[in-house]
Amino acid sequence: MLTGAQIALESLIREGVDTIFGYPGGANLWLYRYLPDYPALHHVLVRHEQGGAHAADGYARSKRGSVGVVFATSGPGALNLVTGLATAYMDSVPVVAITGQVPSTAIGTDSFQESDVIGSTMSVVKHSYLITRVEDIAPTIQEAFHIARTGRPGPVLIDFPKDLQAAVSAFNYPDTPVRRRSYPAPPRPDPAKLRQIAELIKGAKRPVILAGRGVLIARAEEELAELAHQAHIPVGWTLLGTGAFPVTDPMALQMVGFMGAGYTNKAVCEADVLIMVGMRCDDRVTTRLDSFAPRVEHLVHIDIDPAEIGKNVIPHVSVVADAKVALRELNLLVEPKREHQWLTQIDQWKEEHPVRFTNHTGLLQPQQVLEEMYARCEDEAIVLADVGQNQIWAALWFSYRKPGLFLNSGGTGTMGYAFPASMGAKLANPHKTVFCVTGEGGFVMNMQEMATMVENNIDVNVIILNNSSLGMVRQFQDDFYDGVRSAVDLTFTPDFVKLGDAFGMKAMSTDRLEDVGRMLDEAMAHKGPVLLNFNIDPDANVYPIVPLGKGMLDFVEAS
Amino acid sequence: MTESRLLSVLVDNKPGVLQRVASMIRRRGFNIDSLSVGPTDDDTISRMTITVHVGRQQAEQATKQLAKLIDVITIDDITGLRNVAHELVLVRMHAPPGERTELLNLVDIFRGRIVDVAASSVIIEVTGSAEKIDNFIELMRPYGIKELARSGVVALVRGDQARIRLMDFAIDGDEPQTEPSRVAGVAGDTTGAV
Repeated sequence: MLTGAQIALESLIREGVDTIFGYPGGANLWLYRYLPDYPALHHVLVRHEQGGAHAADGYARSKRGSVGVVFATSGPGALNLVTGLATAYMDSVPVVAITGQVPSTAIGTDSFQESDVIGSTMSVVKHSYLITRVEDIAPTIQEAFHIARTGRPGPVLIDFPKDLQAAVSAFNYPDTPVRRRSYPAPPRPDPAKLRQIAELIKGAKRPVILAGRGVLIARAEEELAELAHQAHIPVGWTLLGTGAFPVTDPMALQMVGFMGAGYTNKAVCEADVLIMVGMRCDDRVTTRLDSFAPRVEHLVHIDIDPAEIGKNVIPHVSVVADAKVALRELNLLVEPKREHQWLTQIDQWKEEHPVRFTNHTGLLQPQQVLEEMYARCEDEAIVLADVGQNQIWAALWFSYRKPGLFLNSGGTGTMGYAFPASMGAKLANPHKTVFCVTGEGGFVMNMQEMATMVENNIDVNVIILNNSSLGMVRQFQDDFYDGVRSAVDLTFTPDFVKLGDAFGMKAMSTDRLEDVGRMLDEAMAHKGPVLLNFNIDPDANVYPIVPLGKGMLDFVEAS
Repeated sequence: MTESRLLSVLVDNKPGVLQRVASMIRRRGFNIDSLSVGPTDDDTISRMTITVHVGRQQAEQATKQLAKLIDVITIDDITGLRNVAHELVLVRMHAPPGERTELLNLVDIFRGRIVDVAASSVIIEVTGSAEKIDNFIELMRPYGIKELARSGVVALVRGDQARIRLMDFAIDGDEPQTEPSRVAGVAGDTTGAV
């Protein structure tokens, strides 16, 4: 006989969990009472539950196939997870959150630290459970992991009342796979549709593929590359699809959309056959909806979520299936094809609209720092970016010669994501170099996790692109809101070297290009977390950018 | 253009399902005209009948998003099918003994019944389509409605086509699209909002 808390921890081990990010409190103390009895579960004490949720997200994104796990107590602890769950939900990241809840007998009485966590998180989780019987704990955890990691992945929350953590029952982990009539397995791709797509590719004169995060989730990078090479189809990607296709590949375009490369937008707008794989077509991709792919004759959408088909853009042919399965089976039908005219045209656009930056001030440019960083990534390092200018710069300068992982909060756009998420990424991938690119605004939003980083000696290289302002908002205000700078000045920011010192974290700072390489080398050689503050040109902007309300081809480039 | 769509949804009979369904419909910006929920012959399954006021494309989104909820087993848009879609109304009428006959005649015409009789009032029960209920209420008004309670719609498809139409959207949501590819321009032109 085991207590409910022990049953839960045993169940996590059965699900292959090795790392838990969490924070104890009154309502999950039984879980923490037994946690030390399970050395196979490495618990990382974060300093704020939001950090824990992002760390679990970073863990799951960077170790594909795994599920990130976060613990929090009831009330404020659980509510602090909401932003992290929303971040994971929008980007389809498998996370299981186990929150303590007041005793089941006290639910509804407004007892101390009680909140309606199921209700508060309902719209930002894939599913959630309130445990009501001790016998349900093991099957609920099994089902929660199954739902989190299968189909279109997403976060699942389990609310676990304190009395049931202490209740006693026999432990029987279900030995049969989860089956729920209301949760069918993803359908197989329809062969007739795939044949239709193969025919469209055959007849296409100006084909383009756009790859989203679905390609990375499905681990379909090879199948994507095969399709592109077999039929000579140029490949662009969304912000969250960055890394799915080698940037240096001859078939590579670049990021598409609002802040995408000009030549990608031109290719999409000129395409006659557009194949979208594992993406949501959100407004950052399409810009003004009626400007998206105006000349397309055959729009193809492949996604595992039927609700994404036709949500924003209505395709001619759609396939609801796992991207890897769909592309693998499509590749068997696609005939080899050599394309010249279209590729020549694209090469010309690449020359006319290179992704580039200008330096009018002589001050350190963010892209210079990123070029130095990517030069040291060896196509292997995991790069996380926060939200804002740093995110777009890091995405546009991502330069891998093979698929790689570039992780960021693309959907929810959660500032403060990258730093705690990078802890998760490093713990999930101890042998890989991890870079966390952030701004001084986003970094301070979760900088309490410096303590976690240092305590656990998590070897992340943190790069702060410090422009003393909320750069993206400042750029928007300058260009689209009458040039009135309002509430964006961050001149009053901590001295990051002293801050690092206070936390016991190695930290360096510079505003000079000649220091950048040396500092990066030093950070990488150091076995432990390092904070690198780069004071960059405060007026550096993100280019290209499509002005608000304008269409895909109205992008403004660096000048 | 929006229209009323009638959705028949089978869900797992679990706590919180109603909130999940209502929350999803609200979050996606759809309006619920009526919703009724009750058990079926299988006590692990409940049926929800939902009337939403949406456009054609929105209706498809609503059904697909509902189908994604883990507790939703099947969802069937039965708008325009031959169906029985009934509501129930209970009306307490001002009805002193001398004025009851005329009232009772109308109740008969509507195939309603008297379910409670008191000294100066009666409760009348009528079931039928929303239109029939509307008409009945209008006719009752002049006699003095004291209180009224009206249910949402419950509906079943008539005849043998019913079970065939019940579909699993994970597979069926993938019908070939014949509309032009050009985007509709309605689905949220939010370009550039920070």
